Amino acid sequence: MTVNMTKGQAINLQKNDGGALTSVRMGLGWQAAPRRGLFGSRTREVDLDASAVLFADKQPVDVVFFRHLVSDDGSVRHTGDNLVGGVGQGGDDEAILVDLQRVPVHIDQIVFTVNSFTGQTFQEVQNAFCRLVDETNGQELARFTLDGGGQYTAQIMAKVHRAGSGWQMTALGNPANGRTFQDLMPAILPHL
Amino acid sequence: MTAELVRGQNHALPGTRLEIRVSAGRPIVAGATLSDHERTVRGTSWVAHPGAPTLPGLEVSQQAAADHRLAVDLDALPDGAHQVNVLLALPVGVGGPVTFGAVAAPFVAVTGLDGTEIASYTITDLSAESAVVALELYRRGDAWKVRAVGQGYAGGLADMLADQGLPRAQDLATAINDAVARGLARSVAAPPPRSADEARVRAAAQGHTAPGQPPSTPDPAAEPAARPVVPAQPVVPAQQPGDGGAPAPQRPGDAVPPQPGDGGPVNYTHPRRQTAAPPPPPPTARPAAPGQHPTPVAGDATGWSPEERLYNQVWGMFEDLARTAAAYRSAVDFADSRMEQELDKVLSDPRSRIGSTGDTARAAARARHGDLVDQARAALDRDLAQLAAEAEVVEPALPVAFADWSSPVWQGYRAPMEVPMALRLGGLHLPERPELRIPMLVRLPLERGLWIDSGRSGTDSLADADQLRRLALDSAVAHAARLLASYPPGAFTVHVIDAAGTGTSAFAPLVTAGVLDEPPATGAAGVTAMLTRLTQRVDLVQMAVRGGVADALPQDLDTGEQLLVVNDFPHGFDDRAVTQLRYLADEGPAVGVHLMMVADREEAAEYGPLLDPLWRALLRLTPVPEDHLADPWVGHAWTYEPPALPPGSEVLGHVLDRVGAARRTGSR
Repeated sequence: MTVNMTKGQAINLQKNDGGALTSVRMGLGWQAAPRRGLFGSRTREVDLDASAVLFADKQPVDVVFFRHLVSDDGSVRHTGDNLVGGVGQGGDDEAILVDLQRVPVHIDQIVFTVNSFTGQTFQEVQNAFCRLVDETNGQELARFTLDGGGQYTAQIMAKVHRAGSGWQMTALGNPANGRTFQDLMPAILPHL
Repeated sequence: MTAELVRGQNHALPGTRLEIRVSAGRPIVAGATLSDHERTVRGTSWVAHPGAPTLPGLEVSQQAAADHRLAVDLDALPDGAHQVNVLLALPVGVGGPVTFGAVAAPFVAVTGLDGTEIASYTITDLSAESAVVALELYRRGDAWKVRAVGQGYAGGLADMLADQGLPRAQDLATAINDAVARGLARSVAAPPPRSADEARVRAAAQGHTAPGQPPSTPDPAAEPAARPVVPAQPVVPAQQPGDGGAPAPQRPGDAVPPQPGDGGPVNYTHPRRQTAAPPPPPPTARPAAPGQHPTPVAGDATGWSPEERLYNQVWGMFEDLARTAAAYRSAVDFADSRMEQELDKVLSDPRSRIGSTGDTARAAARARHGDLVDQARAALDRDLAQLAAEAEVVEPALPVAFADWSSPVWQGYRAPMEVPMALRLGGLHLPERPELRIPMLVRLPLERGLWIDSGRSGTDSLADADQLRRLALDSAVAHAARLLASYPPGAFTVHVIDAAGTGTSAFAPLVTAGVLDEPPATGAAGVTAMLTRLTQRVDLVQMAVRGGVADALPQDLDTGEQLLVVNDFPHGFDDRAVTQLRYLADEGPAVGVHLMMVADREEAAEYGPLLDPLWRALLRLTPVPEDHLADPWVGHAWTYEPPALPPGSEVLGHVLDRVGAARRTGSR
């Protein structure tokens, strides 16, 4: 089941077979800005960043983003900063992998966000999307189309949280503004 | 650096004494002609061929072969010769393919006498030609250059020689072909059909038979023809792979491309590029029973060699332990702060002062805290048990350079043939599970010097100052011994400065085993002499490396790695010696001169901040366990444990004796 959502929708998800999620990947992809003219290097590159904030009881404990690629406990890993985007063919240009089984016991929510580091709003970015994938079977849990999405520079995308002994995902898709995840903190807290 | 030439490209030759190597998939004739400044061959005396293999400054093979080496001395050529044309031709009248289009692309390389490849050229795009001018070496001013020619002749040698202006070319071509045919008849049978043979070899290497290639014995009738009496390189000895450090153009056993003429598949591989054989797959853990963790196995990591796999596995364990501990500590910290907050809230709530409400709330907060800590502890225990099980299988599998002194591999120690990739400096552990020790492996050659801290600063050890100093010396000797044992004989030299002679008894094992080139330097004069010598060595090698003239170094200079062990610093050091020491610490590691200080920083306090960079440049190790090392991921304080010799063990002396013996005999 792929949920193709627009902004603002929130849906609770569980794996189709009713089992618990064990490993998820947040993928973020966008198309690089077209080269222009002779001095192609002066093209205004589009740099979107994916981040994951780890919360324990509504307090941020750790964050994984382009300057801290692996959470201290090793359970959340960013595959590396992409500064320019891809070809816009739907592949992930940045990804965050979460091994839910190894997340420390006190972490109860992980919030995924997207920021436009170079400041372009999602209206100006082409073929931008973010998605959550169940790593164990490659199934897409949720997908958001970001481009053409209004005058926003950030999105609070989704959260995974503990439910019983396992994990659940809630798609948030909440637009916001900010350069990095720090700017989003006030906007994140109501979703916890 | 080899220049890979394309047709028409030229390249300068650094010298005049050269070798030209030719490889083709099957026997071919190699020869050379000399031509003058008008590009004319002046007569048959200017042609080197199997019938007349030697000319002044030029020698070619006497027979057709798949591999040739032609020796060329450009200074010794006859007067008037301005150009050497290297030519290849297919033998005529022996039943082989008659055009180059039917054989694999021939490869020619110009090498120095030491085998260093200067330029190479793969002659592609040949079709109906049966003779080809591969290269020309020509005079340009005072120097010589090589040009990739690749000019083929469908009419064979006769056409080629006629084109070079040789009168009666046809007669000479016939003579050459006769000589070749005679040579072939005399000794060398044509090599067996390669494609079928090769397929069989490959199939055997893969442990199964290729489809359609039953492992049948060759037809007995074809046996004499199919089995060469001598290898396919009859004239010249096969170059030993690795001699002179140059890649052999084609090593025996390398896949020789199948020829299209044999009906084999078209060969798309680069005729010369050798892909390194992929490493055998690492051992993998057996699949775990459902709900259980897989049993760990040693070497279960990526890498090209068992050693690299173990190294990566040890570092993987190091990272996993660091992260697991981080998860546990952050959970416990969180539980603590949450409980504190909740207790504060209970305290500040007026309602809780009446009755048992407050007690209940306090008890609930403590229970919540206990629950979370228990969960965190359970996760930690699960991970630690897994890592402990892994350590149990990895530790005994470690090679000597990685192994603890108590490991049995040290008992069977033999001097290694090559430098290992890393060296064990001790063990690391965290307070959560002190008995789970991760080997501390550092890459070789050492990138930083070592400082064995003999001071009391930072330790809470009960040992007194003299004991600490002795322990520091002993661990310095153990580190030096391990370094000596890890390098091939003669590739690592240890120098000792023991200015006041206080380390005489500690250094005795090194001295008696004969692993030092000279006794420890004592006194101010000894210190100065030793430092001056090493500083000069660093200077020389640095200049040579920067100038790109590494072969201009004096013959008697020992270019092996050097370790200088300094005891009792700063005793016996004047200002100049201190400056030299700092220079060695900064510049030495890059050119193979390493420093190991056994020192108490307090004793050098009079130098003030001048020496701070020196201490910072060195990796500080302690003679007693101390938590001063941080991991690169989370930054935990890890307790470093110096390598401990088993009590009463003779292993150090035994290993040093072996090292000493190997140094004396120069063998293992």
